[in-house]
Amino acid sequence: MANVIKLHKGLEINLKGKAKETKILTPASKEYGIVPGNFVGVTPKVVVKEGSHVLAGEALFVNKACEDVKFASPVSGTISAVLRGDRRKVLCVKIQADEQQEAKDFGCKDMKTLDADSVKQALLEAGLFGYIDQLPYAISTTPDTVPSGIYISALRDKPLAGDFEFELQGNENAFQTGITALSKIAPVTLGIGAKQSAQALTGTQNAEVYVFDGPCPAGNVGVQINNIAPLAKNETVWTVDPTAVVFFGRLFLTGKVDLRRTIAIAGSQVTEPAYTEVLVGTPLADILADRLVKKEHVRIINGNPLTGHVSDLNGYLGAHTSEVTVIPEGDDTHEMFGWIMPRTKEFSTSRSYFSWLLGKKREYDLDARIKGGERHMIMSGEYDKVFPIDIFPEYLIKAIIAGDIDKQEQLGIYEVSPEDFALAEFVDSSKLPLQQIVRQGLDTLRKENA
Amino acid sequence: MNALKKYFESIRPQFEKGGRLHALWSIYDGFSSFLFVPNTTSKSGVSIHDAIDSKRIMTLVVLAVIPAMLFGMYNVGYQNALAAGKLAETGFWAMFFFGFLAVLPKILVSYIVGLGIEFAWAQWKHEEIQEGFLVSGILIPLIIPVNTPLWMLVIAVAFAVIFAKEIFGGTGMNIFNVAIAVRMFLFFSYPGSMTGDKCWIYQSNIFGLGYDLPDTFTQATPLGAIAQGITPHFSMADMFWGFIPGSIGETSVVAIALGGILLLVTGIASWKTMSSVFIGGIAMSLIFTATGQSPIVWYEQLIMGGFMFGAVFMATDPVTSARTETGKWIYGFFIGAMAIIVRVMNPGYPEGMMLAIFFGNMIAPLIDYFVVDANISKRAKRSARK
Repeated sequence: MANVIKLHKGLEINLKGKAKETKILTPASKEYGIVPGNFVGVTPKVVVKEGSHVLAGEALFVNKACEDVKFASPVSGTISAVLRGDRRKVLCVKIQADEQQEAKDFGCKDMKTLDADSVKQALLEAGLFGYIDQLPYAISTTPDTVPSGIYISALRDKPLAGDFEFELQGNENAFQTGITALSKIAPVTLGIGAKQSAQALTGTQNAEVYVFDGPCPAGNVGVQINNIAPLAKNETVWTVDPTAVVFFGRLFLTGKVDLRRTIAIAGSQVTEPAYTEVLVGTPLADILADRLVKKEHVRIINGNPLTGHVSDLNGYLGAHTSEVTVIPEGDDTHEMFGWIMPRTKEFSTSRSYFSWLLGKKREYDLDARIKGGERHMIMSGEYDKVFPIDIFPEYLIKAIIAGDIDKQEQLGIYEVSPEDFALAEFVDSSKLPLQQIVRQGLDTLRKENA
Repeated sequence: MNALKKYFESIRPQFEKGGRLHALWSIYDGFSSFLFVPNTTSKSGVSIHDAIDSKRIMTLVVLAVIPAMLFGMYNVGYQNALAAGKLAETGFWAMFFFGFLAVLPKILVSYIVGLGIEFAWAQWKHEEIQEGFLVSGILIPLIIPVNTPLWMLVIAVAFAVIFAKEIFGGTGMNIFNVAIAVRMFLFFSYPGSMTGDKCWIYQSNIFGLGYDLPDTFTQATPLGAIAQGITPHFSMADMFWGFIPGSIGETSVVAIALGGILLLVTGIASWKTMSSVFIGGIAMSLIFTATGQSPIVWYEQLIMGGFMFGAVFMATDPVTSARTETGKWIYGFFIGAMAIIVRVMNPGYPEGMMLAIFFGNMIAPLIDYFVVDANISKRAKRSARK
């Protein structure tokens, strides 16, 4: 019987436009783009030139801090551009895809013959190692770190997020292979949701399965780690997105890098929310072609509305993105006297509005307005209600804002990642940019400790 | 709506940097966000937000205070008519309007002085005007005796807004509750006008409403009377409904309770803080009654003086109270107990709520420190074990 952990704190936000569990076809694109910024904490060094030809799986750029960590191209083709921004920061590597796709063959591997080092070596060679993240710091990891465990959360419970159980269909073998490979490096723990019942999840071999029964953010891997085995001061753990596990499994089974993933296209501004299978790096314009209700005053998000990155039709599907959501921007909305009107269409956890009376099944069409000015923290206890980690979120945020590093360490900054604060940022009446504050805190801390 | 919005958009450039009215940007911004929900969209982090914001919260607190304010106005008229012996022939509306006219100058002074300083400060610091004073501004007139001279109120509000709020960083950064700071300033600087027997009943008529009372007229509050050893002649019903002399807004248990219920239902005030103030007060009263040090029974202690008002509106101020959930229980209990201790044991202060809340504000960070420290120690022990 799998371990069941019940969580009480959190919040389910019911948004309009949930993706129906059907697949729609998105044809292959002519151009793909990989954004190094998707891999947090990586300073990229581009190893291809414009005009050179790459096969699927060959490195486009490497991690400057550890050049063994390569990042693979999703397709074979010619490098059409290396976009740079301020101070020559690499924004995007664009590849013009070949008509006939060709993948580099890294050789199929037999699980029984592999050990930890050979698994790491295989992932490094194929440019997939960078898909593994780590705590502390919530960044893309390097092979010199020694994890005490590897944690995977198959529960994607953020609003409008793509369900992994649906994505798993057809990829069960690859998923299991990926898990077995990772289990050679460190003990693997898989967190699943109470409603996820696929045999491929509940019956996973070489991993300890925990069932998390609770509202969002029970699916956050950081939340799961804190409720299973909270991190100690100098401990490192690896966290892997379940789709990346599928990528790893495909590498060992077929010898090739196959970055196809099944994403949800969701949101109130999508005409027919559904799933589609595309490669990492697919242009968002191709994914959203003819699928939008309108093109102006909408917000296109590479991810879900809580933790995703705002993008536009010129963007590319992110490496860790499991859904593309489109919501109204709201900058053309003029509401009067918001502080006293009933505003029954609004969603709020506060009982000063009426959404708490209208039932949990009601769906809301929320736009991107902040709906208030940024203030100092006034109300207390707002964050704690949606923060199922044994940390005082308000005090940690204050320590980060004040730059008090000792206090941050004492309060547990090594155990959190910015996404854990997404719901707190949503409910915050003082509208503080909590995820940004936590990311800055983690980056400062990483520099201090380096 | 659209016409109004267009007008505001059209005059915006004059207030922005480079415009000729840039010095008044805070005022423009304040009015603009008063009329319209800001439609700036999020630039980082979450794309969607809860509809709750600071304005909505402050609005609800002001709504919750209104019953106490309205009753207080009526009571000013009632006490004046009662003192003149003309209660039977004075109508309800006459008493209410008399009280309204007596209280209105204080409300206006409180808001004009307080908001004026806040607008100027916000302009100086190039920050948005914050709504915290909307609540303090309505609380301040309700915790002072009706005979407080306006010039005293001006000085006290200016002092409290500058030295108890703005120098710490404005709304959300103050250690002491601003309304309590006003009361403390008045109490210690002008004790003659704030306590005793002469300050509670309005002495003269206003525009023909109300009655003139002789200069020698005195009337003590129930607590004041007990402190002097006199049994107050007010019935329990009087004290419950609020037909007794006292600070303008603090007398009616019913009116305050209505506000308290609104705050609890909407979740704006912490039920933990509110209930533990009562628990602390009751516990201490029972101890004092048992040891024979006070003739006042526990339920009388709760409905007399400013206990209810302080428990519902001032102890629950989220910025100055304890912020951890465990801390709130300790903080509230401390305030309730302290109020009764000061009342019973200190002959100089018949009312102890103001001092109790002030002391509570002082030790709230200490309470939270120990609660957070327990979490820190737990984490450190866990790291040491691994």
